[in-house]
Amino acid sequence: MKKNIILAGVGGQGILSIATIIGYAVVKVDIYLKQAEAHGMSQRGGAVESHLRISDKEIHSDLVPHGRSDMIISLEPMESLRYFPYLKPDGWLITNITPFVNIPNYPEMKHLLKEIKAHKNSIAIDGDAIAKEIGSPRSMNMVILGASAPFLGIPFNMLEDSIRAVFGRKGEDIVQKNLDALNRGRDFAEEYIKK
Amino acid sequence: MDKLLLLGDEALAQGALDAGLSGAYGYPGTPSTEIFEYVQHSKEAARRNVHRTWSANEKTAMEEALGMSYTGKRALVTMKHVGLNVAADPFMNSGITGANGGLIVAVADDPSMHSSQNEQDSRHYGRFALVPVFEPSNQQEAYNMTFDAFALSEKYKTPVIMRLVTRLSHSRAGIVRTKYLNENEIKLPDNPNQFMLLPAFARVKYKNLIEKQELLEKESENSKYNEYHDGKDRSLGIITCGLGYNYVKENHVESKCEYPILKICQYPLPRKLIQKIIDECDEILVVEDGMPVIEEWLRGYLDNCLKIKGRMDGTLPRCGELDPAKLRTALGLEPYPIKEVPTIVKGRPPELCKGCPHRDTYYALNEAMKEYGPGHVFSDIGCYTLGFLPPFNAINSCVDMGASISMAVGAADAGLFPSIAVIGDSTFGHSGMTPLLDAVNSKANIVAFILDNGIVAMTGMQDSAVTGRVEDICMGIGVEKEHIHVINPLKGHHEENVKIIKNEINYNGVSVIIPRRPCIHIAAKLRKQK
Repeated sequence: MKKNIILAGVGGQGILSIATIIGYAVVKVDIYLKQAEAHGMSQRGGAVESHLRISDKEIHSDLVPHGRSDMIISLEPMESLRYFPYLKPDGWLITNITPFVNIPNYPEMKHLLKEIKAHKNSIAIDGDAIAKEIGSPRSMNMVILGASAPFLGIPFNMLEDSIRAVFGRKGEDIVQKNLDALNRGRDFAEEYIKK
Repeated sequence: MDKLLLLGDEALAQGALDAGLSGAYGYPGTPSTEIFEYVQHSKEAARRNVHRTWSANEKTAMEEALGMSYTGKRALVTMKHVGLNVAADPFMNSGITGANGGLIVAVADDPSMHSSQNEQDSRHYGRFALVPVFEPSNQQEAYNMTFDAFALSEKYKTPVIMRLVTRLSHSRAGIVRTKYLNENEIKLPDNPNQFMLLPAFARVKYKNLIEKQELLEKESENSKYNEYHDGKDRSLGIITCGLGYNYVKENHVESKCEYPILKICQYPLPRKLIQKIIDECDEILVVEDGMPVIEEWLRGYLDNCLKIKGRMDGTLPRCGELDPAKLRTALGLEPYPIKEVPTIVKGRPPELCKGCPHRDTYYALNEAMKEYGPGHVFSDIGCYTLGFLPPFNAINSCVDMGASISMAVGAADAGLFPSIAVIGDSTFGHSGMTPLLDAVNSKANIVAFILDNGIVAMTGMQDSAVTGRVEDICMGIGVEKEHIHVINPLKGHHEENVKIIKNEINYNGVSVIIPRRPCIHIAAKLRKQK
């Protein structure tokens, strides 16, 4: 078992929480993990990425090699495309489609969607809308994590356990909302694959 | 023991705590900050009362750590690579005094300058000061090495550098804790003159330091961190260190590497091991994440060995961090197929947060400066450096901690009017007070903005050393009370703020304007506390 994952988004959107949930799930079992993240200046509203590697064998590089990522999990549509050079030709692209517009030359949404859909294995999901529906706009990142769950190779209940552990101190309500978000994302992806 | 999921920074800190650390000292700086923060937030450190308050800057931190080492206890000092420039004076001399209790100088380099002004390599400092360097290649090694670094430090009475790079500092992996040592008791140096660098003593001690090198080199020869992996194909030998080793290995996951590899993670360089690989192989590829330090030493000034490849001949890029793909090219392996970034993807640089007080300060400053045109504003290191970018375009320099005020003084001396400095409160505490003293003493015609958001924001909300005392400090330095203004950087105060700035520009002398409003990331927390 070996998964290379690029997490993408804009500083403050919550990619590190995704990394924490996955990390918490795998560190409990005998699986190797490396997760490189960005701190400092780039966190201020800029493009941020995290490299996550999971394997049953020892992992050498902290960075995912170019062309070797099994999936890109992105919280923002334009950011999902920025890391294409890492993605395997048949890798999965799982992205939120609500844009985070903080630059004057942000491309048109229809062009972004066209590029996303042009990639064979892609799932475009409106994580923001789903998170709002369940009354927890900040859980958008868990919706996207849920949408990537079918491809992660980690049992779904382990992700749920991680959410309980990581969000536990914030109260049962927050835990439940994040679990809902995770489930809604997963349902969307499974529905999509069936089609 | 349980596996812990830790950043490289945190693994080093956990190692130091488990190895009997009595005091951590440091100043925040990406990518080193999390070493200190881990100690700061550790329950174990609180229980043992390990020192864990941020210092005013890297120099005071280094000296404080040296003082703890003097007493025989184990000390850790943390900083980013450019911080070691600030601490260079005590660091260089600590090589000569040596340590008593174990002393680790943990420095995190930032190849590719993700969040820095340069990509200097701290291994140069190790050689400069004749101080051994440990360079972990993974998180577990970062943990393990702290035990060995403290032991080596005490055995040879020398400080030891532990060099990290961004991709180790900020990458997480599972680590296993291996042992637990008690803290040292106070035991002053056997030689009461050890820390006395009067010239007559310093000359003797410097000779001792030079003599010590042979022993340290022997330690490197026998170090478990310097491994020689033999290989059948001797057309090439690879000398690599730290993360470079991982990138070499990554490219041989599917096929075993047939070339001999010398992995170096402890310095001074293990001369015999290097001689061995050079003798045995036709060509040598040097792989290091950072400057071509080993490569340059091996080539020598005359560069007549003729068989060394690396960053200096273009086999690897001359600067910037390494990654597996760069190694793949250097090793002559077929690159993996790569999808291009679609052309519609645009750059998304970092920006000042919505609601950030610096935004309002820059709007006011820009309006006050409209009549003078661009080129008058010297700035500094912090979030406010983003004021260089549109829509503000408000500042003209960012050089090193504290340089805003000193450069404004120099420019005012040359006749530039107005000459403005923009510095943050913590940066002011770090290195801004002494240039302000210069300004007062020479009656320089400057306006210094000290942006007081009550926190070290850029590195992730550390305590600022001067909170609540900025105007007192300025008055103590000698700035006239009537030319120190605290303003509220908010839209509603814009007109009033512009007027104050214009007035102070027209005052011929030192003015200080303190825009004070908490960073939005702590504002909510502060409101709750009230």
